Amino acid sequence: MPAEPSILLRRVFPVPPDAIEEAGKASTEVRRLLRGMGAEPEVVRRAGIVCFEGEMNIALYTKGGRIVLVVREDRVELLFSDRGPGIADIDLVKQPGYSTAPDWARELGFGAGMGIPNMEKNSDEFHIFSRVGQGTVIRATIYRRRDDLGRSGKEA
Amino acid sequence: MTLGEVAKRLELKGLVLPDPGRQVRWGFCSDLLSDALAHAGEGDLWLTHQRHLNVVAVAKLTGVAGVVCVRGLAPSPEVLSRARAEGVAFLLSRQDTFELAGRLFRLLQGEA
Repeated sequence: MPAEPSILLRRVFPVPPDAIEEAGKASTEVRRLLRGMGAEPEVVRRAGIVCFEGEMNIALYTKGGRIVLVVREDRVELLFSDRGPGIADIDLVKQPGYSTAPDWARELGFGAGMGIPNMEKNSDEFHIFSRVGQGTVIRATIYRRRDDLGRSGKEA
Repeated sequence: MTLGEVAKRLELKGLVLPDPGRQVRWGFCSDLLSDALAHAGEGDLWLTHQRHLNVVAVAKLTGVAGVVCVRGLAPSPEVLSRARAEGVAFLLSRQDTFELAGRLFRLLQGEA
């Protein structure tokens, strides 16, 4: 199996719990970085949405965590990890409409039960691991297009 | 039709209007942020009751032409200042979503 393409950029964004007003900053920064690296608009758009939903989930539902952005020549990876409480039934949270959001969050327009489905929809690869009492890890991968690879001088 | 023209025709007050020449392609109504993220399109005018900071981020992520606060519910100066910094248009309507969406639909439909 060939080695993974080398890392062009790696950034870590801590996400504190309950800081709803602050949340959205990581996704704004991710968009800015990707645009600066010349990623095509569709990749920037999808990565921004995946990052925002993941960021909101960490801020709204967990004891805090972090987001790691890894940009490789052929893909953008977003790794989300938190300090719990974890998800008991992964299939349930992947179901559109399912949400455990409290009323105050729903009043702000969160809790539509579309966060995880939106993340999955905008990723080419999406993996979620969780252990109740410990935390959740999500790995979302978005592939850059072939013509974009060509521009950087490397063929897939 | 440009955002400036739509604002004039629908009597919208421009709270933050970085680019009145921006084209409005269509409209979108929702108060659910994930719904907006999934379905609001580039160049849409987004009609909503939500007026907190995260709306600026969602508007930026979706590339909507602007956010219209309905029923006269204006956002706080803090939200408007973030919108200004991010270059996101915010407009204010005295009308409710149903009436305003109806007028916007007719306006844009007439153009199609």
